[in-house]
Amino acid sequence: MFGLIPFFRSTIGKKVLMAVSGVLLFAFCVEHVTGALLFLKGPGAINGYGRLLHYSAALIWFFRAGLIVAAVVHVTFATLLYFQELAARPVGYRNRRYLRASYAARTMKYSGPFLLAFVIFHLAHLTWGYNVVPGPFIAGDIYANMLNGFRTGWVALVYVGAVSLLGLHLLHGTHSMFESLGLRHRRVESLLFGFARVAALAISVGLALAPAAVFLRMIGG
Amino acid sequence: MNLVLMVWRQENARTVGHMQRIEAKDISPDMSFLEMLDVVNQRLTVAGQSPITFDHDCREGICGSCGVVINGVPHGPQPGTTTCQLHMRHFRDGQVVVIEPFRARAFPVIRDLMIDRSAFDRVIAAGGFITSPTGSAPDGNAMLVSKGAADAAMDAAACIGCGACVAACPNASAMLFVGAKVSHLGLLPQGRPERWSRVHAMVAAMDAEGFGGCTNYLECTAVCPKNVSPDFIGRLNRDLIGAVFLARPRVASTEAG
Ligand code: HEM
Ligand code: FES
Repeated sequence: MFGLIPFFRSTIGKKVLMAVSGVLLFAFCVEHVTGALLFLKGPGAINGYGRLLHYSAALIWFFRAGLIVAAVVHVTFATLLYFQELAARPVGYRNRRYLRASYAARTMKYSGPFLLAFVIFHLAHLTWGYNVVPGPFIAGDIYANMLNGFRTGWVALVYVGAVSLLGLHLLHGTHSMFESLGLRHRRVESLLFGFARVAALAISVGLALAPAAVFLRMIGG
Repeated sequence: MNLVLMVWRQENARTVGHMQRIEAKDISPDMSFLEMLDVVNQRLTVAGQSPITFDHDCREGICGSCGVVINGVPHGPQPGTTTCQLHMRHFRDGQVVVIEPFRARAFPVIRDLMIDRSAFDRVIAAGGFITSPTGSAPDGNAMLVSKGAADAAMDAAACIGCGACVAACPNASAMLFVGAKVSHLGLLPQGRPERWSRVHAMVAAMDAEGFGGCTNYLECTAVCPKNVSPDFIGRLNRDLIGAVFLARPRVASTEAG
């Protein structure tokens, strides 16, 4: 019989860990959209939201720790599975045709690492305040820092591009996590697929609104 | 019809293979793909060259012995069809047909298009036996099977173990095969007692053979000659999760129904 350790070493167990960490990352994305939309309401709303998050150091670090663990688990097991999959077919085909594999599914291994790189850039920009974008960083003034960043054309484009990739990753990922957790069944299939589509679209559009609005000078002139 | 074959030729498991161009002239559109290869082999033999080695047995789509990748698709362009049941009328006159063996680390090439699929046999063997009283015939209606379970078990049992799912999967995953095998016994009362231990053992064996994991490309179901549903992969995941987190730590021999 499998114990927990052998289970999480098995191909299926690894995928379960990716799905569980994926659910946490997904939930974070939903929460993050709320935050990003507050930017559109103005400085008071988003800075107040920031203060709310920082209300208790213990609380924010509890959530941060959860996210860090989820991200580490997600990336670690994605990498392990990737190498297992490479090893599973040492000699490839000369001629290969895909019949059903979607674009999103085939690009998970590229959209994932790009997202990781973006997350680091995003933290450097708005959390750590490193000089990754032109202009000053004002600690605590989230609104000013976002506005300042997105006023530079390439920064806004990087943000919009990255959240579009996130949408692509979630389009397949949200559907995939149901299957990894054993919830695939033809009776709920179209429901799960519909949910994945709506969620992926809503999250990427929700996150793209702020940088796009500044880029088009609809906010901040 | 006339075809140009590009065929994978490989002396044995230890040598490096290559693609060979072979002209296949005067092929009848009513031949099966394997009959076309028979004709080509006859001509190769007469010309003093070595014939193309390929696997086959029943030639009626039920044994799962045959299977090659034809123009990038395991079992070729006709959905729900084994290579032996594929007819040449699905090809165009003058077409170039690329023929390669199923590729996976767990399926080493024996020669040309013939691969060693004993990895599947070891996974099946790991699943073990079912508990079934022998001796007198069982009473009718003593063991009730719901219509839904009977149908689903039958759909799973349609798997002929050809390995096309592994060949088609970009990860060379065997989850559709293992899912079908785990489900077809796990769904029936006769197979229920060993349901949890079976899924443990078969997944462990699957991993030991070096197959990849499932990332839901669904390429397996697109090429499966028996149209086995991806629902069985979901069921495999569910069963393994159930076995680890729900199964009580006892010999599951009374867990019928
Ligand atoms: C940061 C680097 C990331 C990498 C390298 C990465 C990589 C991957 C890979 C390889 C998969 C498996 C794909 C498949 O099943 O075909 C996956 C699945 C998934 N990813 Fe990511 N990902 C990353 C970030 C994220 C983020 C930020 C989120 C969510 C906000 C996310 C959510 C998901 C979900 C929900 C799944 C489905 C889990 C499953 O397969 O059951 N990922 N990821
Ligand atoms: S030879 Fe038996 S299935 Fe094709």
